Amino acid sequence: MSDANGSSTAVAGGGLAESGSAPGYAPGRTLPLAVEIVRQFKRRRTLAMFGLLLALPWILVIAFKVGAGSSQPTNTLRISDLATEGALNFAAFALSVSAGFLLVVAVALFCGDTVASEANWSSLRYLLAAPIPRDRLLRQKLVVAMGYSAAAVICLPLMALLAGTLAFGWNDVRVPGTGETIAALEVLPRFGVVIGYALVSQFVVAALAFLLSVSTDSPLGAVGGAVGLVIVSNILQAVEALGSLREFLPTFWNTAWLDALAPQPEYGGMIKGVAVSVTYSAILVAFAFRRFRRKDIVS
Amino acid sequence: MKLAGRPTTWIAVAAVLVIGVATWLLWPSAPQVRAQDQMIQVLDGPGDDQRVTLDASFFPPAGGGRAPVVLLAHGFGGSKQSVREPALRLAQEGYAVLTWSARGFGRSTGQIALNSPDYEVKDVRQLVDWVARRPEVQLDASGDPRVGIAGGSYGGAIALMAAAHDSRIDAIVPQITWYDLADALFPNATGQGPQSGVFKRMWAGLFFSRGGPTSAGPAIGAVTGTAADPGSGPASPGDRAARPAVPLTAEEVRCGRFLPEICDMYQQVAETGQATASAVETLRRSSPISVPGKIKIPTLLLQGQRDSLFPLGQADANAKAIAATGAPVDVAWFDGGHDGGNGEVDWIHEETLGWFDHYLKKSAGTGQANSAFTVTRDGGRDPGTRRPVQLHATAARYAGLSGTGQTPVPISGPEQQVASPPGGSPSSISAVPGFGGLAGGSATLNLSVDMAGQSAGFDSAPLTAPLQVTGSSTVKVRVSVEPGGSSPADTTGAAGGGSETTTAAGSEDAGGGSETTAGGSGDAGGGSDTIAGGSGDGKAGQRDVTLFAKLYDVAGDAQAPILPEGLVAPVKITVPEGGSAEATVTLPAIDHGFDVGHRLRVAFTTTDLGYSTPAAPAVYKIGLASPAVTVPTYAALRTPSTAPAWWTWVLPLVSLVAAAVLLLAGRRRMRDDHDPALDSVPLRINGLTKAYGNGELAVNDLSFTVEHGQVLGLLGPNGAGKTTTLRMLMGLIHPDAGEVRIFGHRVVPGAPVLSRLGSFVEGPGFLPHLSGRDNLELYWKATGRPTEDAHFAEALEIAGLGKALERAVRTYSQGMRQRLAIAQAMLGLPDLLVLDEPTNGLDPPQIREMREVLIRYAAQGRTVIVSSHLLAEVEQTCSHVVVMHRGRLITAGTVSELLRSRTPVNGAGPRLEDVFLDLIGENA
Repeated sequence: MSDANGSSTAVAGGGLAESGSAPGYAPGRTLPLAVEIVRQFKRRRTLAMFGLLLALPWILVIAFKVGAGSSQPTNTLRISDLATEGALNFAAFALSVSAGFLLVVAVALFCGDTVASEANWSSLRYLLAAPIPRDRLLRQKLVVAMGYSAAAVICLPLMALLAGTLAFGWNDVRVPGTGETIAALEVLPRFGVVIGYALVSQFVVAALAFLLSVSTDSPLGAVGGAVGLVIVSNILQAVEALGSLREFLPTFWNTAWLDALAPQPEYGGMIKGVAVSVTYSAILVAFAFRRFRRKDIVS
Repeated sequence: MKLAGRPTTWIAVAAVLVIGVATWLLWPSAPQVRAQDQMIQVLDGPGDDQRVTLDASFFPPAGGGRAPVVLLAHGFGGSKQSVREPALRLAQEGYAVLTWSARGFGRSTGQIALNSPDYEVKDVRQLVDWVARRPEVQLDASGDPRVGIAGGSYGGAIALMAAAHDSRIDAIVPQITWYDLADALFPNATGQGPQSGVFKRMWAGLFFSRGGPTSAGPAIGAVTGTAADPGSGPASPGDRAARPAVPLTAEEVRCGRFLPEICDMYQQVAETGQATASAVETLRRSSPISVPGKIKIPTLLLQGQRDSLFPLGQADANAKAIAATGAPVDVAWFDGGHDGGNGEVDWIHEETLGWFDHYLKKSAGTGQANSAFTVTRDGGRDPGTRRPVQLHATAARYAGLSGTGQTPVPISGPEQQVASPPGGSPSSISAVPGFGGLAGGSATLNLSVDMAGQSAGFDSAPLTAPLQVTGSSTVKVRVSVEPGGSSPADTTGAAGGGSETTTAAGSEDAGGGSETTAGGSGDAGGGSDTIAGGSGDGKAGQRDVTLFAKLYDVAGDAQAPILPEGLVAPVKITVPEGGSAEATVTLPAIDHGFDVGHRLRVAFTTTDLGYSTPAAPAVYKIGLASPAVTVPTYAALRTPSTAPAWWTWVLPLVSLVAAAVLLLAGRRRMRDDHDPALDSVPLRINGLTKAYGNGELAVNDLSFTVEHGQVLGLLGPNGAGKTTTLRMLMGLIHPDAGEVRIFGHRVVPGAPVLSRLGSFVEGPGFLPHLSGRDNLELYWKATGRPTEDAHFAEALEIAGLGKALERAVRTYSQGMRQRLAIAQAMLGLPDLLVLDEPTNGLDPPQIREMREVLIRYAAQGRTVIVSSHLLAEVEQTCSHVVVMHRGRLITAGTVSELLRSRTPVNGAGPRLEDVFLDLIGENA
């Protein structure tokens, strides 16, 4: 026994941990967040997506400047009619046009690509053999992917605020429909709620993309699958015959944040939206972890 | 375990699906209700001598047995088909239901008598006789069924009138109907009664045309018969088809299916725009106002807020009259009416059902189904559908149109001059009768238009607190006629004679307490010559001024003021020549919230599209007699606070618990399985078995041991299971049986002992967008181990990439990636190094160098496992070999032993290739 210990010590050239690991190895220190952030950041799709999100407000500004004056006055004020009223109106408009699809794609990309692309590059097996415990690998990747998703969802309205301020000025908010005006400073905290809600409502997309990401070696499949679910959910949402069942569709409450910008803010719909979103995403993420734990890595 | 898990999951999913579908299919669906069409003969008329056939449908109760019966009456212009849907719903709920086309409508014969006690009311009495004979109907006594009546508009009035004339009726639910038809058609917001009222000509015209001779009735019904008016839907095509297309006589064209007396009365008042005493009497015979104290049964009055034909005041008068008898009365103002709105069909069904359950079925469970007073309010938009939602504010007591409190709101404005245009055109618009249904979809659509120069407005200051107005506001106004602006023929052309003769005490309006105070009341005197001889205006020197009072919600200059529900209050004020008159004007009854910062505006216009106005031009001066508008408030009327739906809290909690269970149940024990006896054995594989998905064994009971300092060659043809074995060695694949132990520690996914393993299996795996150096550095950082343990220098020397190290990996050749991957495997100088086909893509000098590196590496006391096809290479590099074939171990031992086991074939020493081919049985 002592012989065996002695020889192994000689081999390793130092003291061995109880678990038999190499010196300096600790499961809790594997794959630090900073490392994963750097690994993902230099990817072209990451940079391209952020570039698009940051450029979109400016593209919209140009579009409104070019098309100024050609719009017909209408009876009801839509959110697009009011976009040039001021920075906050513009940011709300930018969020409303991008929340339905662009942000969905961005979130699906960051969360669906994260594990599947490692499998695709074959680097996943070396990370797991490093070894990074599977739960920890998934956790760190999820945290970083959610971080990128959050940055994507937040950067668009913030850039829209900046672009809107420069282009249309920092004015009070005019509400779609009635055209009432609310003070900008009064709306600003609510706008924070709006951004937060926009983020939470993307949880389902993120969780589904993540689940697909651990299930497939094809990044495109994971991203496409999550976006496809959103499309199907949107289609089902249009079937009024489903009645109140539609309230449980993952995308049903996605526009509820508009209530926060009404003269009397309403939070009921957003609470329901958060409930539905958390419900789906918790289950999906749990399935992702469970699946990854049991998975045979053959990529 | 794992293989068993899949089918179990699928069986569970399938079972849930099967149970769900079966439940859905077998769930007891509501029993079918079949309507029985009946032709019921009745005798009516003043002498009970007119035989009329009523087209009726009887719906037996869905539950069978004897049940209370509900008579569902249709609206004007409709037929029994209009109320088929609500009838089916009530029958499903266990009521016997009788619907019928009233006389003069649908396929019923007879003529329309406007719910006259001599005609329609007698018909209903005989219908009650008829249902009393049905075996499905519950009886209170012989010939006395347990019966309720519901209906909208015309059908609501027959419910009230029948209740007054037939004591067998137990409960009624009249909707959007009238208390005084004369007052509804000739309103006067000064409270002076219909004879001085302003003729509601557009509504009256529509109302009477719907009893007309041709299909015009149903055609307009299609426009006006909105969902808001469940009683007056369009007649079915079948009704029209039943009528032969014969040319109509002049009388038919003129009067349609109206009783000639009614027709004559209408034609007269419509021509003059003035109610005659006899017309008022005729209309009131069809109105609950003529039967005071006779309606003594529980009554639920559902009145529409968007109703310029029968405004809320009509329901208020009904409620007061019935409540005076001590009978229970509930009032609800819903979002609907003759001008459109939502209609709230489902909610009305529930309220009606609740009322009948309580007073007909007397169910114990429905103790207090309805609140005494319910008002539908705008609840914003549904966040999901972006559609308007309705909230129902309730109060325990109904306090009438003056509310439970009155708040005077100061308003101000100078005296203003307004013109009454000749011919009453162009006219201001408040609501367009008959087209409300089109606008009803969008509550924000504001049809209201005031013509310039025809309107005087008095504004309040911007509100500092929200103001919810529930009921009728009042304002005192002073009006004078400007001289010169008017022509002699100024009066509204009242019909000659007797307009001032009050025919009966009952003709005094019930509406409360405001009177016209004709300041300095002009007695007959000078200037009376301006009155045209035939005008018959009674008192000489007086002028009737017709105005339309409105209460606007003014949000700001940017937006058009909102006229709540499009309602106006017509007033006719008698002004002495040269003087002025003051009047207290009761503004339309509304339920409207005025927001902070908004202003109230009381406006008076001289014209309105829906009403007849004087043809002669005139100019009036309008000022406030008292600088305030008194608004009614109703503090007790509250929307029950709607707590978030239960699932808002339950679902996420359940989901989080389920997620936790999923995670914890699937957790594999991370307890280290350590055999200290094997601490110095780099690798021991024991009984290792792994099956493919199809059951074929990739690795079959494989066992071998690798000792210190060995360079082991793992040999085998393609598909021998080498890579699968190496993947299990790395913890990537779960073995089905057996175990892999590295330095005595059992390998499981993520086992810490794997940190002593360096591996290169099945090709390199790098992030293509990063440089070679970044890849290695980030990989090492990902292991979490100290940088100094990495021995980057040695590893990079093996890679030998030079400056290429700084380029992105995607630009590398196959060989460069291969060398970088081997360098990555050697980072940290692992005690056990596993290389799969390490020489692929290397050129001969590099192969040679690689061979020396591996031998040197093992010589330092470390262990190397090389899997390769290149047998010559293995022969030169390895000390030991393990040969696999079809997942099984063929042989294991030192290279020299293996070679020695073979006898030389042709003098030369045996080559490993020959031995190998022999072993796998390919060397024929």
